[in-house]
Amino acid sequence: MNDIAIRVEKLGKRYRIGTAPERYKTLRDAIVTGVSAPIKRLRNAASARRRSSESSTIWALRDISFEVPRGKVLGIVGRNGAGKSTLLKILSRVTEPTEGTAEIHGRVGSLLEVGTGFHPELTGRENIYLNGAILGMKRLEIERKFEEIVAFSEVEQFIDTPVKRYSSGMYLRLAFAVAAHLEHEILVVDEVLAVGDAEFQRKCMGKMSDVAQAGRTVLFVSHNMSAVLRLTEETLVLDKGHLVYRASTPQAVDYYMASGFTGTGERIWTADEIPAEAAPFTPCAIRLRDTKGQVVDTLRSTEPITVEVEYRLVQAITGLRVGIYLLTMRGEYVFTSFDLDDPQQFEQLGVRQAGLYISRCTIPANTLNEGRYVLAVNASAFRVKRYFWDDHALAFTVDATGAPGKQWPEPRMGPLRPSLDWEIVRL
Amino acid sequence: MTTDQLTKSRPDVIYLRPTRGLAALNLRDLWVYRELVLFFTWRDILVRYKQTVLGAAWAVIQPVIQMVVFTFIFSRAAGLSSEGVPYPIFNYTALLPWGLFSKALNDAGRSLVTNRNMITKIYFPRLTIPVSSVLAGLLDFGIAFLVYIVIILYYTFSPGSTYTFTFTPALLTLPLFLILALIATLGVSLWLSAMNVIYRDVGHILPFLTQIWFFVTPIVYSSSEVSNKWLVLYALNPLTGVVEGFRWSLLGIHSLPWQLIVVSAGVAVLLLVTGLVYFRNMERTFADEI
Repeated sequence: MNDIAIRVEKLGKRYRIGTAPERYKTLRDAIVTGVSAPIKRLRNAASARRRSSESSTIWALRDISFEVPRGKVLGIVGRNGAGKSTLLKILSRVTEPTEGTAEIHGRVGSLLEVGTGFHPELTGRENIYLNGAILGMKRLEIERKFEEIVAFSEVEQFIDTPVKRYSSGMYLRLAFAVAAHLEHEILVVDEVLAVGDAEFQRKCMGKMSDVAQAGRTVLFVSHNMSAVLRLTEETLVLDKGHLVYRASTPQAVDYYMASGFTGTGERIWTADEIPAEAAPFTPCAIRLRDTKGQVVDTLRSTEPITVEVEYRLVQAITGLRVGIYLLTMRGEYVFTSFDLDDPQQFEQLGVRQAGLYISRCTIPANTLNEGRYVLAVNASAFRVKRYFWDDHALAFTVDATGAPGKQWPEPRMGPLRPSLDWEIVRL
Repeated sequence: MTTDQLTKSRPDVIYLRPTRGLAALNLRDLWVYRELVLFFTWRDILVRYKQTVLGAAWAVIQPVIQMVVFTFIFSRAAGLSSEGVPYPIFNYTALLPWGLFSKALNDAGRSLVTNRNMITKIYFPRLTIPVSSVLAGLLDFGIAFLVYIVIILYYTFSPGSTYTFTFTPALLTLPLFLILALIATLGVSLWLSAMNVIYRDVGHILPFLTQIWFFVTPIVYSSSEVSNKWLVLYALNPLTGVVEGFRWSLLGIHSLPWQLIVVSAGVAVLLLVTGLVYFRNMERTFADEI
């Protein structure tokens, strides 16, 4: 079987939970517990290492088996916490599986996060060499490709400037340029196309299709369904650590976008769906209400739609903004809106105190066309931290009964269906 | 180039599965990634003195000031003997390997955690990180050694000095003691860096570990001051052998304390081997624990 690039058999990965977040308590907590019970902690730490009780562990990945023929571009989709990143980490040898085996034919290059290993004090030139070496390139290989990398990144003028003086766009371009010139037989790509401006994203997409056409094997993870559709032929759908579906990409994307929604107009986040990094932000629920205040899955295009995000802050957060993204079923963005978009409110609510909150907004009547939409939720402090992100929080259906133009029984193009004031003038 | 073509035509197969029992040392992949070791070393050196006013002069200032201070405290005030050699030279000879050791201990001990973002994202042999931290210390050692030569010349040629440098064949053994210093340093660094991944307490222990280690090593005093019945125990500190070796080789004083150096070297090698085994075994979970 020479034409297999990756063979995965019954792969599983178990993480211990509970011990890890404990370490990241505040210094004050650490001192308090450190002073009160250092011996107890020491004893606990030693015993926790020995036993691995089922209650304190979580299977991030379980019983995954698949094969990838050489030269195939395989998409991997799934919600946050479905195990995509864990799978890529195992395949790129960052972490070991807990059970099962994976067979990798060839060198694996990973683009898990571009710019990893960049040192801010070093110049662009120095970082190209350093980053190339970290990603597994030989010095000669880097030298040979140096000009090409610089040209691709468009930072020629600043190549001898420390990258800490780069704009974030330049930084990302350079980082992607290095990673994109890896010559490994297998490339593992995680969400790298979500960075940079539109122009650069196009360039990245182009580079990715070149890579794919050059006969290399690519595993492509993305939340961007149109990118998955464009780049891959076949896609795996992961859910809660299991491989739930494998099919041609259009089929798999349809399956993924339609799956996992209860169809109640409400989504409640359970404790295991909330990553530890979200703290002190705890998402509770997102729900949609019609004009009567009822939580519903199907809403009318002609009536305003109320979106509610309910969340709890365990501690006060400075600069927090909670927002929604509206997407079509194909993963294209329709709009983005944050609860502090209004400059006055933004000024007033610098710090959000601990407590239970609802951020509520209304999508005006006559906005959306008929069809099914997805809401994504983002809670972040701009340029500081993204506390929580669920790109697949809730789906809902818009019914266009009574909407403008309904007298003609034909589908309308585009996600919007505004009621515009037409004037017909006879000249 | 040939290996490149080889992998292209017939890629190696890698099997990923949970390791059971003791992990293999597998030093081969360190060899495969030897360029990365050099790149990390180069990065550590480049970055160390960036945005400092004095730059690499720090590598000179630190040991020289230490030497001056120790001379005042331990020679003038405490009146410790220096085996007939001017105290500054006696002391500085020991500060050479000690500087290498203490600096590497602090850098390498924290190195894995400092490079956390790489470890959780990209595969490369984790050994490259502490190894290159230790190697980066060699530059400072080199600079400090140049200063040593200046000090020797000063004492040899200044009028009224009782010290004259004489060449002895013992000088040629210096590289061996430098290698011994590196073995001891790397051994301790591997232990500490791997432990630091799981127990951040290491970061808090490092400063006073260094301080205590400083005083149980014959740096400000001579090991001849240590009573004979403790000497074997004393030699268990690998740095004792290193420092005595440096003094014997560079200063040509007394005869080589054989037993002491053999014990120290044995401990140093033991530290390195066990450090490697420990590191390799912890390495599997670095990305999850760090």
